[in-house]
Amino acid sequence: MPSLGADMAFGTLVAWHVKPGDHVRRGDVVAEVETQKGVFDIDVRQDAVIGELTAEVGARVKVGAPLATLTPTTEVAPPPTPAPTPPPSVAPPAVTTVAKGVHDIEPAAGRLRASPLARRVAADLGVDLTTVAGTGEAGVITRGDVERAAAQGVAVLPVAGGPEVAPASPAEPAARANAMRLAIAAAVTRSKREIPHYYLTQDIELGAAMAWLHAANESRPVTDRILPAALLLKGVAVALTKFPSLNGFHLAGEFQPGGAVHLGVAIALRDGGLVAPAIHDADRLSLGDLMRSLTDLVRRARGGGLRASEITDPTVTVTNLGDDGVQAVLAVITPPQVAVVGFGAIHERPWAEHGLIGVRPVVTASLAADHRVSDGRVGSQFLAELARLLATPEAL
Amino acid sequence: MTGQDVRRIVLDAIHRVAPEIDPSSIRPAERLRAQVDIDSMDFLSIVIDLHEKLQVDIPEADYGRLTTIDEIVSYLEARTAATPRSR
Repeated sequence: MPSLGADMAFGTLVAWHVKPGDHVRRGDVVAEVETQKGVFDIDVRQDAVIGELTAEVGARVKVGAPLATLTPTTEVAPPPTPAPTPPPSVAPPAVTTVAKGVHDIEPAAGRLRASPLARRVAADLGVDLTTVAGTGEAGVITRGDVERAAAQGVAVLPVAGGPEVAPASPAEPAARANAMRLAIAAAVTRSKREIPHYYLTQDIELGAAMAWLHAANESRPVTDRILPAALLLKGVAVALTKFPSLNGFHLAGEFQPGGAVHLGVAIALRDGGLVAPAIHDADRLSLGDLMRSLTDLVRRARGGGLRASEITDPTVTVTNLGDDGVQAVLAVITPPQVAVVGFGAIHERPWAEHGLIGVRPVVTASLAADHRVSDGRVGSQFLAELARLLATPEAL
Repeated sequence: MTGQDVRRIVLDAIHRVAPEIDPSSIRPAERLRAQVDIDSMDFLSIVIDLHEKLQVDIPEADYGRLTTIDEIVSYLEARTAATPRSR
């Protein structure tokens, strides 16, 4: 059971996608696990043969406890080249097109609306979904509704997330939101207790970047349009390659560089809370690919189907709160990461240059970093490098 | 395609990104983003959805004219009338 959050203690096994004897390849989804933050796909880290499935569907499994035994096959049949495998964030269509998750609903009006999890539980319990009243968003039938229907009035039911955090409640969405709130509370409390943050901000003039982006988008089909957020993410990822002490983990009293830049992107969920899954190797993606990864990640964060590796891999986080108009965000580091970069709104502001004042699009970028690992000088050099990169967007 | 059809397609597109909102509760003459939690990624999703359903291209430069449902519907009606659909 992987840790899918700084404070996750247990996960509930929702489904197996493999059986003993199956051959799996690195990145294959083998199981689904539900946590306080929703349902996640569990992908494997290496080619292997499935041995025994030690956890049963429905079991609450402690973080670190085995779900199954795997026998790696890489020694037997090494991959043809040791080259890095493609970023797993670009998931195969077979996985990404199958939307799953507790928030997922059928878009067509008039059709039965139930989350995929509720459908599966209903099938397992033999519950006819047409007889179940939905209490979720827009009347969507949730797993809790199905379980209540199956129990026919039994008040206390096992609620996903565990008894410590999720009291038996008549409204599952409220319980889920509460569990999410508690998970976030635990993570930020640990962060503020353990991590001595320092904060830096820098206004970055984006005249060239926005002009370049508008021109690029005019020649792109609407489906390939790039948002300013993608450009900012690319700038952060490339800048971080020069400042390894801002990219990695503080574990067991020492800094472990992250190596690759796996950019955690803070994504607000529609019913409250947030997740920050990774765009893998963001510095090496083209702007178009990064935008596609971002779109895909936001869709799956809100609709279900995030992978365990996306939750566990971020080496740094970026939070972009500009959409609501705030000027700057001084963010809280996600442990055990050592830095978080924040962006406020891109607004037109007076900007002085060469003795003249003009009106330019400007964004306030911020860095919150772990002072045990880096000093303000490094942080300020990072923000200067970010500004330099964003001044020549065509090079990104 | 009637104005009602266009309006229904617009409401469907909004519902797809914001399933928690009952589209009929949105006041069509008031700013959409003041009533529905929509970020720039959601707005782009809506634009792509409308493009696919109506074969209308919506340049970024026009985003500023699309702040209410009424504005979006009349914009799309003008565009669908001006550029006959190929299919």
